[in-house]
Amino acid sequence: MFTSKITKIVVNILIILFVENIFADDVFDGVSPQLGVIISDDYIEQVDFVVMPSGEGLPKGSGNALTGKVLYNIHCMACHGPDAKGGINGDLAGGHGTISGPIPKKTVGSYWPYATIIFDYIRRAMPYQSPGTLSNNEVYALTAYILNLNGVIGEDELMTAQTLPKAKMTNSEGFIWAYSPSE
Amino acid sequence: MKKISDNINFAANNGLLDRRFILKAGLGIGGGLMSASALSSEGKDRLPWMKQPGMPMGQSGPSRYEEHIKREGVGSQPGTTGSGASRTPIEHLDGIITPSRLHFERHHSGIPDIDPAQHSLLIHGLVDRPLSFSMESLARYEHVSNIQFIECSGNSGAMISPKPLQRKASNLHGLVSCSEWGGVPLKILLDEAGIKPKGKWIVASGSDAAMMSRSVPLEKIMDDAIIATHQNGEPLRPSNGYPMRLFLPGWEGNACVKWLRTIKVTSGPSMTKDETSKYSDLRDDGIAELFTFPMGVKSVITSPSFSLNLAGPGIYQIKGIAWSGSGRIKNVELSADGGKTWAEALLDEHILPKALTRFRSAWKWDGAPATIMSRAIDEKGNIQPTREQWFVGRAKNTFYHFNAIQTWGVNTAGEVNNVYL
Repeated sequence: MFTSKITKIVVNILIILFVENIFADDVFDGVSPQLGVIISDDYIEQVDFVVMPSGEGLPKGSGNALTGKVLYNIHCMACHGPDAKGGINGDLAGGHGTISGPIPKKTVGSYWPYATIIFDYIRRAMPYQSPGTLSNNEVYALTAYILNLNGVIGEDELMTAQTLPKAKMTNSEGFIWAYSPSE
Repeated sequence: MKKISDNINFAANNGLLDRRFILKAGLGIGGGLMSASALSSEGKDRLPWMKQPGMPMGQSGPSRYEEHIKREGVGSQPGTTGSGASRTPIEHLDGIITPSRLHFERHHSGIPDIDPAQHSLLIHGLVDRPLSFSMESLARYEHVSNIQFIECSGNSGAMISPKPLQRKASNLHGLVSCSEWGGVPLKILLDEAGIKPKGKWIVASGSDAAMMSRSVPLEKIMDDAIIATHQNGEPLRPSNGYPMRLFLPGWEGNACVKWLRTIKVTSGPSMTKDETSKYSDLRDDGIAELFTFPMGVKSVITSPSFSLNLAGPGIYQIKGIAWSGSGRIKNVELSADGGKTWAEALLDEHILPKALTRFRSAWKWDGAPATIMSRAIDEKGNIQPTREQWFVGRAKNTFYHFNAIQTWGVNTAGEVNNVYL
């Protein structure tokens, strides 16, 4: 009995010493396995889809609304309707001037703040059944067509990484931030 | 059987009992249950399933008698099967944990079938060292786990309908669930990559077919964001982002990007489609607010509620859930007379920050029409608004972040309806 008590005490002391040595109060305090593997610029280029409202992240390429209309009728009209209205899914044109009225009608043209969003979203997610199949030129052309339907640009205006961020959306002044940093 | 005394102390009008009464009331129930089974040998009672060994052990789901408890309101946009939502059947659940199979869903291009061996988390942008983390390597990092809710900011959007829609609590308010989320604090990984001074936001992108993407301020990321890999103890379900998702405690569900693949550190928000054209809050002056991140203080009585009718006058348990994206629930008040008088509900023991909190109360329904409602208050002093208050300053058809008081009307037949005051 007595020896077993002594053994217990010794074991407890050893556990305390051992644990204290290996683990700090906060077991991970400042300790990280540092297993991140550096990735190359080429690889980043492949996985980075982020487009900023300034145009940063937009790829090379160009397209206008005339080309875009042909592409739209093939890839988009089934869901979004002719001239981007009245389809089974969201209208991309129209609704202008309704946003501050009694029944706001949000479309790309009446509501979206930046033209860059159109390019970004088409490139990421459209056409719905086969995203990633359009070339950058085709995405620029479709973006131009939607902008043209909403009266933002002319039908032969070329959209590129330089011109697209400058296309001024009708509701571009219609947004504020609810979030503010705590500093 | 113990009879409920007529000399009850009521906590508020129309039958709301003191919240502690629920325990006493429970004593009277149960003793009177009579078995319908035939008596077996020696005059002792055995129900059919007590007369032979049961099913083998191993894999099992819920009882076949509970199979009706499933995700509700499953719907997808026209022409799609995976762009829509399904809701947690909150009227059939108790406690604060949502079983993973019943966690609500909101997807923007279906549920990807991701091979974890081919999946990595990539951190790039304004960092000193762009890094890739495999699932295997992430498993060696410090993990944390917390019980926290996630709510789609479109939850309860049907409540803007000018006439109250007669739908189950799940169909009205079931885009909220609560799980134990486990994973790696994102701060650790970003520190390893080294954030450049100009880095103020991140843009998180998923590897679903829509590459759903959201911008999140770095301040939140460094505070309590995690790369969640586990939900209620098991790896994430595919419908909740397997093998990894961003998890932002208390913030709108859409920003908790599922199937997370890339995190780009940026100087500002990218203004993605899902943070501008959607998930923005239009005011009645035509100005829309972007980045309304925290979910407001909210509660819903889940029982009684539409479709869970009362059998007749007597003692009932009123129960429901309350939550706030700003911290803990401080208290929940109940009214059975349409908000004229209020009594405090009993909160279950687990009152965790940014988690569902279960509330209950005993109610003696006298058979007359009643109007029951709950009102939550969080530890920051935020009070759940009335429907009327919620609409002030908002566009008529904006529906995100609806957190107003839900009112249920009980008629003399015991039927429960969604009502507006």
